Amino acid sequence: MKEFKYVITDPVGIHARPAGLLVKEAKNFKSTATFIKGDKSAKATSLMKLMGMGIVQGDEVTVRVEGEDEEACAAAIEKFLKENF
Amino acid sequence: MQRVFKGIKIVNGIAIGKIKLYKPAVYEINEELVSDIAAELEKFEAARLKVQEDQNALYEKEMAAGHKDTAGIFEAHAMMLDDEDLIDACKEVMAEGHSAEYAVRESFDAAAEMFSNMEDEYFKARSADVIDLKNSMLDILFEADTESLQGTEPAILVAEDLAPSETVKLDKSLLLGLVTRLGSSNSHTAILARSMNWPTLIQCPDISDDWDGKFAILDGYNSCIYIEPEQSVIDELSAKQQADIEKEAKLQELKGQPTVTKDGKKVRLYANIGGPKDIHAVIENDAEGVGLFRSEFVYLNSKTDPSEDVQFDAYKKVLEALAPRLVVIRTCDIGADKTIDYMDLDKEENPALGFRAVRICLTRKDFFKRQLRALLRASAYGNLGIMFPMIISLWEVQECKKILEECKKELEAEGFTIGKYEIGIMIETPAAALCADELAEEVDFFSLGTNDLTQYTCAIDRQSANLERFANTHHPALLRLIKETIEAGHRHNTWVGICGELGADPELNEKFLEWGIDELSVNPKSILPLRGRIRNTDLSKNKKTESPAPQAVEAKPEAKPAEEKPKGFFGRLFG
Repeated sequence: MKEFKYVITDPVGIHARPAGLLVKEAKNFKSTATFIKGDKSAKATSLMKLMGMGIVQGDEVTVRVEGEDEEACAAAIEKFLKENF
Repeated sequence: MQRVFKGIKIVNGIAIGKIKLYKPAVYEINEELVSDIAAELEKFEAARLKVQEDQNALYEKEMAAGHKDTAGIFEAHAMMLDDEDLIDACKEVMAEGHSAEYAVRESFDAAAEMFSNMEDEYFKARSADVIDLKNSMLDILFEADTESLQGTEPAILVAEDLAPSETVKLDKSLLLGLVTRLGSSNSHTAILARSMNWPTLIQCPDISDDWDGKFAILDGYNSCIYIEPEQSVIDELSAKQQADIEKEAKLQELKGQPTVTKDGKKVRLYANIGGPKDIHAVIENDAEGVGLFRSEFVYLNSKTDPSEDVQFDAYKKVLEALAPRLVVIRTCDIGADKTIDYMDLDKEENPALGFRAVRICLTRKDFFKRQLRALLRASAYGNLGIMFPMIISLWEVQECKKILEECKKELEAEGFTIGKYEIGIMIETPAAALCADELAEEVDFFSLGTNDLTQYTCAIDRQSANLERFANTHHPALLRLIKETIEAGHRHNTWVGICGELGADPELNEKFLEWGIDELSVNPKSILPLRGRIRNTDLSKNKKTESPAPQAVEAKPEAKPAEEKPKGFFGRLFG
């Protein structure tokens, strides 16, 4: 299992279009990535649930990745977050 | 009898015509259980794919029209329709024996409700997207005829609200104006109305079914709609509408015309832009070039220090799209009121006089070189001007040029092709204006940044509201600096432009032209009106009185009648 934390800097937070791209990115991997904020969590492949977490600027999210390609998956998601959120 | 109702205007302008009530169908959904579950699943899947296809088509359509913002909405819609949880929720309802229509209503409404219960305004507003998708799904499932909703005659449409996909599907040739009960000024419909220039009122609480078919006038200037207006109102507003049409037509006629005074003084009329998104506005308003391309967007739109490639792509896009026009790109002007987390800049007591722009670049050479390399690589794709901001001393210009040359050598060694480019500086400090003779030797052009030059010359903070009485955008000291900068530039064959708000100031146009300004760079919307004013100017009339040095044009504020006071200092700087 791989885990990392990320603080959202985007003024709008995890919003629709880039969240959709994040889902696409996550679907490229066999591992399951989960976003966790407080007591809420959502799979990175689930757009509505991800948006439903209401992640806004300044929120710290934990991303947990489990599966055979977890290294690559975690790296790709971290890179995506840095570039888009 | 005439009735008048208020709303919130999105666009100025007047629409006159019949009202058409835009009423989407309300579907009767059968709640009884069905026997053929497989058939419902199949119907659902077909509808989902059809709606997704439609949303993708709307995305393409909006992209082709240059509306990137609205295109993004439809792209997100198409993605939402791929959401596995939403699809699974629908399938579960159908597995219980419910119809596809029922499943869509239940599941999409639940998703919409989740969004509308969220605290954040942005996420709250997404419930409208889900409802939009639900309605599109039901339209397909019920095989509804959505095309006839708008009617077949030109009309002012009146609706509860319009979903983005409804707005985009409207036949624009039949749309005179738009009135909605709901909506916000940042809704997608408002964004579209603004870009299409439709007279539009939102949040008009009084819309009612009995308006349908009645004659009406939407007065965007006064944020109201007249139902069955009186003759005097019809006459007045028809005349106003006609004047608008004529004014617009006159502006359109100026497209393709040279920017030249009656007595033959030519001036280059350029646009100020903030990113590739403004390419369309440059072309649409017939700007002859770009006098100020603020490169800050590449820094502000990124969460991390933007790479050379990211910057190169953005610069190349603009240069390529606007070639052969000259595009002057100003190097990084971060600092002062524009700060960025990843730049990790210290808090300053006095940021306007602090670590900003070229001062950061010359201190953080690697950061600067990334931008210069990106610019040089992009130079092969168009006609580039590179402009350094916040210059006060000769050595700064020399060092900028040295680093630029260093980048050029490196790139050439790496095998990149580099095009021709001009080098210039902003004249936005009194120090630069007073040393213009020395600076002119080093560069191809000057661009007077009048907003900063005003604040630095007069020691007036542009953010302070208490200083209005002391501020004067036409201060003689400022005008003298401008005049002397133009003269100094010309002594050394350096062309001189203005890229601040003052460039579009009607009261100063003639002065600048007399002083021999070579270029004016203004926001794209000001291009055609300014061209019109310049073409009506005749400088030979004033020749006898040999343009004097700027005099104290300002009087003491209290001596000036209130109505003569123009927009005021702050209005002008930001207007």
